[in-house]
Amino acid sequence: MAIQVLLVGAVIGLVGWLAANALDNLARGSIATGFGFLSRPSNFEVGECLIPCSAADSYGRAFLVGLLNTLKVGGIGLVLTTLLGTLIGIGLLSSNWLAARLARVYVELVRNVPLLLQLFLWYAVITEALPGPRQALSPLPNVFLSNRGLMVPMLAASPAWLSVGIAVIAVVVILLIIGRWRRRPLPPLMAGSLLVGAALLAWLAWGAPTALDVPHLAGFNFRGGMAFSPEFLALLLGLVMYTAAFIAEIVRSGILAVDPGQTEAARALGLSPGLILRLVILPQALRLIVPPLTSQHLNLLKNSSLAVAIGYPDVVSVLDTTINQTGQAIEGVAMIMGVFLVINLTLSALMNWYNARIQLR
Amino acid sequence: MRREWVAAAWTVLTLAMASGVAQAGTTFDAVKARGFVQCGTNVGLAGFSSPDSNGRWTGLDVDICRAVATALFGDAEKVKFIPLSTQQRFTALQSGEVDLLSRNTTWTLTRDTENGLHFAPATFYDGQGFMVAKKAGIKSALELDGASICVQTGTTTELNLSDYFRSHKMTFQSVVIEALSEVNHAFFSGRCDVLTSDTSQLASIRAADAPNPDDYVILPELISKEPLAPAVRHGDDQWFDLVRWVVFATLEAEERGITSKTVDAALTSPDPTVQRLLGVQPGVGHSLGIDDKWVYNVIKQVGNYGEIFQRNVGKESPLKLDRGVNALWTQGGLMYSPPFR
Ligand SMILES: N[C@@H](CCC(=O)N[C@@H](CS)C(=O)NCC(=O)O)C(=O)O
Repeated sequence: MAIQVLLVGAVIGLVGWLAANALDNLARGSIATGFGFLSRPSNFEVGECLIPCSAADSYGRAFLVGLLNTLKVGGIGLVLTTLLGTLIGIGLLSSNWLAARLARVYVELVRNVPLLLQLFLWYAVITEALPGPRQALSPLPNVFLSNRGLMVPMLAASPAWLSVGIAVIAVVVILLIIGRWRRRPLPPLMAGSLLVGAALLAWLAWGAPTALDVPHLAGFNFRGGMAFSPEFLALLLGLVMYTAAFIAEIVRSGILAVDPGQTEAARALGLSPGLILRLVILPQALRLIVPPLTSQHLNLLKNSSLAVAIGYPDVVSVLDTTINQTGQAIEGVAMIMGVFLVINLTLSALMNWYNARIQLR
Repeated sequence: MRREWVAAAWTVLTLAMASGVAQAGTTFDAVKARGFVQCGTNVGLAGFSSPDSNGRWTGLDVDICRAVATALFGDAEKVKFIPLSTQQRFTALQSGEVDLLSRNTTWTLTRDTENGLHFAPATFYDGQGFMVAKKAGIKSALELDGASICVQTGTTTELNLSDYFRSHKMTFQSVVIEALSEVNHAFFSGRCDVLTSDTSQLASIRAADAPNPDDYVILPELISKEPLAPAVRHGDDQWFDLVRWVVFATLEAEERGITSKTVDAALTSPDPTVQRLLGVQPGVGHSLGIDDKWVYNVIKQVGNYGEIFQRNVGKESPLKLDRGVNALWTQGGLMYSPPFR
């Protein structure tokens, strides 16, 4: 106990000494300090914005734009990598020789090449192998693939879509409340039809708009529709494929760890293979899978900071630029660390909560 | 792996640990005691700072480092070159990793003040330009509305770009990449319609990195002022004076018509200003704390500004840049040295 107190005291003392020294040195070198820069105009353009943004905005807003870009690639990445990883993990155990081999080759190949190289590879494939915007490939009508990215049509902006969103959220909340009150959820069919019905009503109420915003060539690039930039696609592909290789191994080992006697018993009871997987194996395997899965999810989020290497404007990239334009490295690095700490602690908390729910009680 | 923010984090640590790197006189004394200058240069920018086929650093920025080393030690080889990325350069100087930053760096108000730097006189007056593929058929920057533009992070380039498009009510899509090699790659592969940087750097990239240099043109507009200047950190006036006067010496020598070939003959010149400059009459070294023959040594070993320019970026180089505004003031340019007395 005494040693621990001493240790904590020493650490606090050291940090304090470092901080005082840093401030002293910065002042001596007349280098600016503090977070005042956040409200000053940034004067640089962020390449992709989920909320309206321009160079006239503040550094603070540029930071927010970068943060949203990180969350976008992270959020989509987590879902896709979990799906892909599970699929490949099951593939590893498949009794189909070819499927099992392919899954194994995938895992060994992807797991053993540094992620940064894979990102460069994907980026090069997209920018070099795909044609320019004028010769864009069009695999589906109004969908264009070129070295400027993937352009897809989008429903044209209309207040109807906001109403549909609100209706869906409202119904979900009501369903949850009813579920609580009845102490068991409504039957899926009923809940589903309620949801669809509400969304449909909201849509019809606005005159059932169907207008599409279609991408079209204008000048140098495509305009309109929804665009996924080569930087975003390369980063997403790289992160998803890389992390999926690790998740596949986790899924495989989790399933293998379930006592084979369980499968035999289930088979003896006459359950079909699909039911055995769903009712017997997965519920037990999940308990083993979730904790290591969480750390893979955290890895994906942290690795998203490699974005700057291929030009995706994530939060690290934006803060890098900020550090360079303001010269305030300490503040910038602190913000980068703060962002990842908060994101990752939140995700950990969610996963821990989920993990606690699926444990045997 | 994340090179530049490892560097940034590392800087944070060094800034925190170093107990006062920048006291008055300490840089000058530390360099003297160490026996060589630590000079921050570009990782690879043909004409300004790049290793030649024998691994020897060459370029205009590199020669400024050599000139400073010559002034201090009488030997142009007493330099250690530390290649720095755009991202690392200021923190490397602030934290004392380099004594001098000679790396195509634009002198701006923010850098001079908030970054805690002092700039010596510009060694190259540049301006930002745009490079496009010839086959795009573009003649002016005003035709660039809606273009995708590749730019390197952490440069003045990034800011001027936004300013220019805003003031001309045009839009663009920026692709901001960290490493220059990747920026160039993205441009030459067609990911971007336009590459933007200081014009001299565009010329350098076109000469050294383009698959076929003739396929690319640099548009006529210069959208900014980019005085590229060597920098030192605040806190050591003696060191700052030395760097500043070394640059002036190369200009003064050119103005007096003294080159590395003629400097020996000039020693016997009857002209008192030349005698003072070359240390035949004592005076120019003492107040700087160095040898009176320093200008002679610099010109003899490195050359005057005109020689440095022509051999690295001018007619004798692949870049073939004109002197333009970088001519001496006597020839209508901006290069001007205060009197040596
Ligand atoms: N003069 C500008 C730009 C200087 C700059 O860093 N230019 C880039 C683009 S050519 C460069 O030299 N990059 C080389 C590298 O990072 O390897 C400034 O000081 O911000």
